[in-house]
Parts: sequence; structure tokens; C-alpha cells
Amino acid sequence: MIWEVFRQERRGQAFAHAGSVEAPNLAFADDYAREQFGRRGESVALWVVPREAVHAIEDFVDELHKNYHRVDGYPLKEKLAKARERAETA
Amino acid sequence: MDQRDQQFLEYVQNGGQVETDDWMPDEYRARLIKFIEMHGNSELMGVLPEREWILRAPTLQRKLALTAKVQDEVGHSQLIYRVVEDLGKPREQCLDDLISGKSKFHNVFHYPTKTWGDVGVIAWLVDAAAIISQKALLKCSYAPYARIMKKICWEESFHILHGRDVILTMMLGTDEQRELVQEALNRWWGPLMQFHGNPIPMEDDPMYIWRIKSQGNGEARQQFLDGYVPQIWELGLTVPDPKLRKRDDGVWEFTEPDWDELKHVVTGHGPQTAERLELRRTTREETAWVRQAVLAQAA
Repeated sequence: MIWEVFRQERRGQAFAHAGSVEAPNLAFADDYAREQFGRRGESVALWVVPREAVHAIEDFVDELHKNYHRVDGYPLKEKLAKARERAETA
Repeated sequence: MDQRDQQFLEYVQNGGQVETDDWMPDEYRARLIKFIEMHGNSELMGVLPEREWILRAPTLQRKLALTAKVQDEVGHSQLIYRVVEDLGKPREQCLDDLISGKSKFHNVFHYPTKTWGDVGVIAWLVDAAAIISQKALLKCSYAPYARIMKKICWEESFHILHGRDVILTMMLGTDEQRELVQEALNRWWGPLMQFHGNPIPMEDDPMYIWRIKSQGNGEARQQFLDGYVPQIWELGLTVPDPKLRKRDDGVWEFTEPDWDELKHVVTGHGPQTAERLELRRTTREETAWVRQAVLAQAA
């Protein structure tokens, strides 16, 4: 059984994927994860998750063109240049 | 090569990275498995020369440090075999192929560790040579491998510290101890120079073409010489190669490494190959009941 391990480097930081371990049950997965990703003080916390429990999403389709959710949906630079030109403050 | 393969090749050559579930050409997958499996084998076999010295380490501190290094290396092999498994080859099969001699491991792990001097030279210089290869894998086009390499390189840097400390301590000791180090260096220099492999041009190396490796063999060797020969010389040690010198343009000249020896050794004919594989085989048999008990309990 494969377990995905996420580690937190310091309190307050986001957990990041560290790697995976193979273990027959949670008790062994716990031990292996501690040994692989925590024994040198490189982590303050670990999340050990059965691989099947991880649901991956990799397709981000923007059918409705909701560009107002994104930084590139606001072309301020061009508009600002034109506005300055119009006001003759450029 | 069909169009899909060609597109993939262009993608990785432009710095693109590949994840486990992504489509990849069969050749790319096969090369990854072979290369990464050999790396995993080397980590696992690499602990045996050092293991022999755990019981004979000169102090308790050294015994603990050496044990920790062995634990690190076995941990690396576990992480690396995980990557191979996700590419489609189960760990048990990797171990079968290792023990039967079907798959290979690095040349330096086929030699005996005669004295404590060898232990120092291995931890310092063999690990230094290895870290040069491994650092070049941080840019590997196969992302899961590149990611674990970060952790591996970090731990290897501890080993170099440990090895250098062992060597420095002996160099500050008695004449006999200094002689022990020089003899060990003489024994290991040949295998160390062979370590990075034949200097095939990077552009012709399929491992570079697929961007699995980001560095040529000859380049890695130059980097090793540049980094470590000065450190060897400053201790008053002699490198056993009369032709070794750094040219004005910064390139190191050296006696051509013995490529026949390299080939002979990695194909399973090294001085310790049979004995070490036999140890792997018997320990695997002796511990089979533990795996069975654990798996039965988990089921």
C-alpha cells in the first residue's frame, strides 16, 4: 500500500508534498514517514495519506471566460496609458 | 519516432517536466526505469562496504555516525525504488533482478573496504563523486525523481562532512594513520576516476537527449577533480596519477581511466560482487518471515 507524505517545515507554513512510502498499515506508514521525512528536524508536522484518498484535479477549463478571477483579466497598463494620453499627463 | 514522441522530446528538451500519470514514450519510460533502478540498487549495495565497519568503528561516536549513514542510504534506496514502482516495476522485482545479477549497481560498491581509511575515503570522495551526479539530476525531466533528489543531496552533504572529518582526524594522528589514508586513496583512485563513466559526447548520450541527465560524464569528472583534488593535496596526500595536472585553461589532464576494468566490474565481476550479492540474497531470505507476518497482519 502506498502512502503520500506531506510535510510542514515550520509552524504556520503550508504543507508540501514530500514523497511517498510503501507500508502495509498505518502504524508502519507512520514509522516510515517519521524516519524518511522527520528525523533531522526538517519537519514540524507530517500528513500521511493513503494514495487512494488523494483526488487529483488537473484540468482547468474556462468555458465561461471568467477572466475577472485572474490577474490577466485586468489589462490596466494599456488602459492607463490611453487615459494618461487623453488627460495629457503622460 | 512518431509525431507524439517527437512532441514529447521537444517538450523535455525545452525544459518541460513529466509527472507519473502523464503519457510518455516507451523508450523514455524504459530508460528511466533502468537508470533509476540502478541508482536504487547502488544505494542499497553501497551500504554493504560500510556496514562491514560498524562493529569495528574506532569510537562510539563514529559507530553511531556510520550507522546513521547506512540508514540514510537504505532510506534513499527505498525512496528511489518507490519512483521505479510508480513507473511500473515493482520493488520485489527490482530486488530479484539485483540478486540474480540481471540489473547493475555502481562500480565503487564492488570493491573491498580493507581499513578504516577506506571508510573515510568512501564517505568523503565516493559520496562527493555521487553528489556531483545527483546534483545534475535535480533538473531531471522526470519530476518525481528530481524532487526526491533534493532530499537525497541534502543528506549526502552530511556524509561528505562525516568522511572529511574521519580523514582529517587521521591526517592529524600518527604516521601510521596517515599512511593508512594514503593507501586507501591509492586503492580508490582508479574506481573514482571510472565512476562518472565513459566520456561520450553529451549530444550523443540518450540520457541527455531525453533530459534525464543534464550533464555529460566528462563534465562531471572535471567537476570532481576541480572540487576535490585541491582538498586532497592540501592535506599532504598524493594522488596516484603522475599525469594529473590542471592546465592554464582550467581543464584537468589525467591518465585515461581503465574502461575495461569498469566494464568488467559492473557486469558482475568485481572483487566483492559475488560475496555482497550473496549477503543480500541470504538476508532477504532470512527476513522473509517478517514481511510475511507484517503483510498477513495488515491484510
